[in-house]
Amino acid sequence: MAGYTPATASDQAEMLAAIGVSSIDELFEQIPADIRLNRELDLEDGMSESEVYRFLAGLADMNLDAERIPSFLGAGMYDHYVPAIVDAITSRSEFLTPYTPYQPEVSQGGLQVMFEFQTAMSEITGLPVSNAGLYEGPSAAASAAYLAMGQTGRTGLVASRGLHPHSRETLATHAVGFGATLTEVGLEGGLTSADELEAAVSEETAAVFLQNPNFLGAVEDIAALGEAVKARGAMLIVQVDPMTLGILRPPGECGADIAYGDGQPLGNRLDFGGPSFGFFCAREEYLRKMPGRIAGETTDVDGRRGFVLTLQTREQHIRREKATSNICTAQALNSLAGMVHLAWLGKQGFVELGELLARRTAYARGLVGSLDGYELLHDAPVVREFAVRSDRPVDELLPLGDQADGPAPRLPVYPLGRDYPEYEDCFLVAITENRSVDEIGWLAHMLEHAQAGWGEHIHDHDHEGNPVAGALR
Amino acid sequence: MSATTLTETPQQADRAKTIYEKSVPGRRAAQLPPLGEGINETPIDELIPAHLLREQPAELPEVSEPEIIRHYNRLSRRNFDLDTGFYPLGSCTMKYNPRLNERVAGLPGHAKLHPATDPSDAQGALQLMYLLQESLSEITGLPTVSLQPSAGSQGELAGLLLTRAYHDDQGRNPTKVLTPDTAHGTNPASVTMAGYEVVKVATNEQGGVDVEDLKSKIDDDVACLMLTNPNTLGVFDENIAEISSLVHDAGGLLYYDGANLNAIMGQARPGDMGFDIVHVNLHKSFSQPHGGGGPGAGPIAVSGRVEPFIPRPQVVRNEIGDEVFFDLDYDRPKSIGRLRGFQGNFGVFVRSLAYILSLGGDGLSEASRLAVLNANYLKQRLSEGRAGKYLPVAFDRHCMHEFVLSGAPMKKDLGIKTLDLAKRLLDFGFHPPTVYFPLLVDEALMVEPVETEAKSDLDAFAEAIESILEEAEGDATVAQNAPYTTPVRRLDEVGATRKPVIRQQIA
Repeated sequence: MAGYTPATASDQAEMLAAIGVSSIDELFEQIPADIRLNRELDLEDGMSESEVYRFLAGLADMNLDAERIPSFLGAGMYDHYVPAIVDAITSRSEFLTPYTPYQPEVSQGGLQVMFEFQTAMSEITGLPVSNAGLYEGPSAAASAAYLAMGQTGRTGLVASRGLHPHSRETLATHAVGFGATLTEVGLEGGLTSADELEAAVSEETAAVFLQNPNFLGAVEDIAALGEAVKARGAMLIVQVDPMTLGILRPPGECGADIAYGDGQPLGNRLDFGGPSFGFFCAREEYLRKMPGRIAGETTDVDGRRGFVLTLQTREQHIRREKATSNICTAQALNSLAGMVHLAWLGKQGFVELGELLARRTAYARGLVGSLDGYELLHDAPVVREFAVRSDRPVDELLPLGDQADGPAPRLPVYPLGRDYPEYEDCFLVAITENRSVDEIGWLAHMLEHAQAGWGEHIHDHDHEGNPVAGALR
Repeated sequence: MSATTLTETPQQADRAKTIYEKSVPGRRAAQLPPLGEGINETPIDELIPAHLLREQPAELPEVSEPEIIRHYNRLSRRNFDLDTGFYPLGSCTMKYNPRLNERVAGLPGHAKLHPATDPSDAQGALQLMYLLQESLSEITGLPTVSLQPSAGSQGELAGLLLTRAYHDDQGRNPTKVLTPDTAHGTNPASVTMAGYEVVKVATNEQGGVDVEDLKSKIDDDVACLMLTNPNTLGVFDENIAEISSLVHDAGGLLYYDGANLNAIMGQARPGDMGFDIVHVNLHKSFSQPHGGGGPGAGPIAVSGRVEPFIPRPQVVRNEIGDEVFFDLDYDRPKSIGRLRGFQGNFGVFVRSLAYILSLGGDGLSEASRLAVLNANYLKQRLSEGRAGKYLPVAFDRHCMHEFVLSGAPMKKDLGIKTLDLAKRLLDFGFHPPTVYFPLLVDEALMVEPVETEAKSDLDAFAEAIESILEEAEGDATVAQNAPYTTPVRRLDEVGATRKPVIRQQIA
């Protein structure tokens, strides 16, 4: 076994003698004999560090990650460039290895990070209060629903079909426990149908969930949609992609009561889906009903500035069954990564990145939309992702090459069919600052071949015949 | 030691400043790539209507990269961490976080893999998840594992929603969930979120479930009993077989809070004790770093009768001819659905599987044995001298991986509370144990010394406690006003709650 335990045989003998028992087995006698395992676990024997490394590196090599193929996958998680300082800071033992800051005198670093994070998230969402983070996006939707039901005393939840399918499914799962009903509102021209929304909201509606940009990439007019919500006294809850908030009107200025989302685009790697972090911002009046940890500024007995976990009477360890949420361990290290990335982008860079995404996406959208066999699913404005309809079924489209010679890698775009049967012939294309003009050209060329047939080779060049360095590495 | 205010160095004076307070207009760190040849610098309001656009940029700090590094490095030094010192936080299993795990989790094949990658291009990741499912199944003694829940509390909620789905499927609608009064706070909070009513069960003199009280509360309206075993007092409930039959006979399920699994790996399995649903904290027993409050992961293991209801998608291993293909199975009609996005905290799965592979079955078993040895040794050390006098163990018998002391005599005889002792420990370079939990022990201190601590560390901790108590016999005010050597001293938490300042005010 690995050398993670210091106790030598003589240590053990001394310790057993001090305890007054003759063996470790004796300490386990409190477990009734008939439920003891009495055999070794049926797992492989322990391996050396180098063997474990090689085994897990071997599994990693079987994955087609975003360094091996230009990835246009999005759907809530994006291949942004994570600056090197994020890794440098999050890998420090002082941030990596402590527990939740229950002893504030020796946790000022982590607590101050939370305070800075709360400030930054509050700024980008335009809402006055933020918590220190939740698990991730869709479960933050469930937390928002729980708050809204408690606040309004109503049980109806309404969600646009533009809300991430994972968020809608997570809401549906939790609704069973919350005693809520979930109603969906359809899309028209890529955008939430204002008429359907108005019809769906009633005096029983606790909250309406919208997403901006929505799952099809379209920028919604949240303020306009929100009027029908407000008119019925329901809460307006908006899931946002934080990386678009450099340019989009923040939810706080669109009448949102709560804005939440997944923080992965901010400083977190893709990690096949997690861990990232969830964020949760709200209007002032909901402060004492927020889920999760909140850091607050205070002073110590010598008058020095310091930070503590505050408003803890909301939380499970104090309030138990009456808590505003059951969350305990969240994703603090991931929130730190988000904060460092935001500081690195800074006030100007955050705007510039949003502009870069919008311009590159407009270029890619124009290019893909002009290809034979493809058309845009909608022409609503977008920031960083767009939806495309294909003449050829998407299943047949994605393998890069004819499969006669064995399975071909798949073109990394997001097929919409599983989540939206009505868009079975459609897919999403996501753009980040990592997707160069050359790679966008490569995508266009792959799509042309995919529609028309592959011929003899998978080509490593773009639609104009120029080579694309690193395509399908 | 006296409470003098030290003159601060520039670093110290600077440290309490936030990154916002270091912001200077015009400074920046990020350099973005050029837009690209052929792409126009179209005004944004020609792409997106102006009324949907932000008018004022968000107030983010304006700082250069060296300033960012310096700022966060200085902040980091204001944290106590496990790599620096003993961290016997009860119920939290603060064991060493192997650096190999960080290395493998950071490989691009894991770290840069998009979660929506087609399964045919993610066979390594799916196989990794399948191996972890199989390993946790063997460790817990239950046939099926879902890795999806993000941490323990989400695992609990998942388990309770599974309980509901299981009863619904049988046409039953029980309304109550039993939890011992020693339970973690997440248990009752999760019960409420799952739409159940909490019914508390009393604890007996041995720290286990009071079986008579349990009997009086069991009826066919009980959906489930949630239990931690060993419990939060560090005691293994030897009546577990009887408890299990009582609940099952009434039609209820048994839920196991796996926070204390580190005591029994390879020794006993929740499945063999009769539990139907178990959550496992990968950030406790399986070495995922705690990160100052996450990330973790809270996979659940379930019995056969609960299996149809587990969250989807589930990683499955299919054999097609002689080809093995790992896939995501969404076709689970009785599933409770999703608890979160995508497939769970995969980065945590990589680390925990690395840990399981490093230790192997024999090593996991040995880890639990040494955790229990360490706990009993430290308990013994703390039963001697002044600690034995002022801090009696709450339940005096062999413990499992942790034990609970009561500071009540210390408070009465010396005038120092458990909180004072905890704060004074900070001056001695130790992280204090969990304090004031479990609730039924007056002035509780819950100590979990874990297997990765050396005997010399345990001895030093016991000696520190002895010194503090001796010091308090002479002058209680020293502990009462502690700590002195930390970056800040006791903080005004009441004031922070009364007038919350939870963000920077930016002029």
